[in-house]
Amino acid sequence: MSPMNYVILATILFSVGAAAVLLRRNAIVAFMGVELMLNASNLVLVTFARTNGAIAGQVNAFVVLVVAAAEVVVGLAIIVAMFRARQTISLDEPSEMKG
Amino acid sequence: MREEIVFWTLAPLMVLASTALLFARKAVYVAMSVVVIMVGLAVMYVAQDAPFLGVVQIVVYTGAVMMLFLFVLMLVGVDERESLRETIKGQRFVSFVAAVGIAALLISVIGTVAIDQDHVAGLDRANQNGNPEAVGVVMFGSFVVVMEALGIVLTIAAVGAIVLTHLPRLVPALNQRRRSDARIKGGLDPVNKPMPGVYARHNALDVPALDPNGTPIEDSVSRVLRARGQDKDASEFRKQIGDGEDES
Repeated sequence: MSPMNYVILATILFSVGAAAVLLRRNAIVAFMGVELMLNASNLVLVTFARTNGAIAGQVNAFVVLVVAAAEVVVGLAIIVAMFRARQTISLDEPSEMKG
Repeated sequence: MREEIVFWTLAPLMVLASTALLFARKAVYVAMSVVVIMVGLAVMYVAQDAPFLGVVQIVVYTGAVMMLFLFVLMLVGVDERESLRETIKGQRFVSFVAAVGIAALLISVIGTVAIDQDHVAGLDRANQNGNPEAVGVVMFGSFVVVMEALGIVLTIAAVGAIVLTHLPRLVPALNQRRRSDARIKGGLDPVNKPMPGVYARHNALDVPALDPNGTPIEDSVSRVLRARGQDKDASEFRKQIGDGEDES
């Protein structure tokens, strides 16, 4: 089976994640869109690691995974802080901040 | 052949689950379908000679990250309704076009990349002592500085999350000492209210306590009973103890 199938699947998942970030108002759902984009890039890294016979691609995917975990921790903390301050996690509300 | 079956079973499922990100109303449904995608990706990693990453994907993503998402969802309220009103005019249409544009662009550009199917290098040689060992040798060989940086990143993230969610105390804690001081300053009774029935030879809830002079203490009967008119005046019990010390 051609490895391109994996790449095209990753492309589709990436686009869906991007669309979720652009379309959804719920901060947590938008954040899950970011996670989906990161995972799609991981799939590409693993696929090309196999096509090139280089294990470094898998290590790169691992690096992305760790950074994503750190990002989730900080992002969710920001969402919790935002919920405490405004009682909502809608991404529309911060637009009130503009002068 | 086995890989084809795995791929063509999982890929449509994952794309179907990913549409929940766009159309599902409740955030919990979105979280669960993202879990489906993560598990599918883990199986694909295993199918592509990366069993270590597949296991890490399940442990870190479905086990930790998505459960963290669910915790926060429960914390901020699962019933949070998403408003469908467009605050920026045409935003939905423009972002839909942008997303389809990204997909078309990526597929058309990456689709032209030719990977010679017969010359896929494969990882059989690199994985001959097992995939975790191969990954570990590279990870702590040429990538050791990156791993140390990742350790710092994780520490900073943990500390940052604590700092962000920590609430500083704006007023001193209300302890027993402060409550007592406030009561005395406000001219209130510095001690507890007497229990009903104390000194009255009767300990029913509706009988007011008598003070040492024999006068009933109104506050000793529950506010609810007084409002209903169900409290007794203590006169009948007052007779039993004699009408004060001075007469005898």
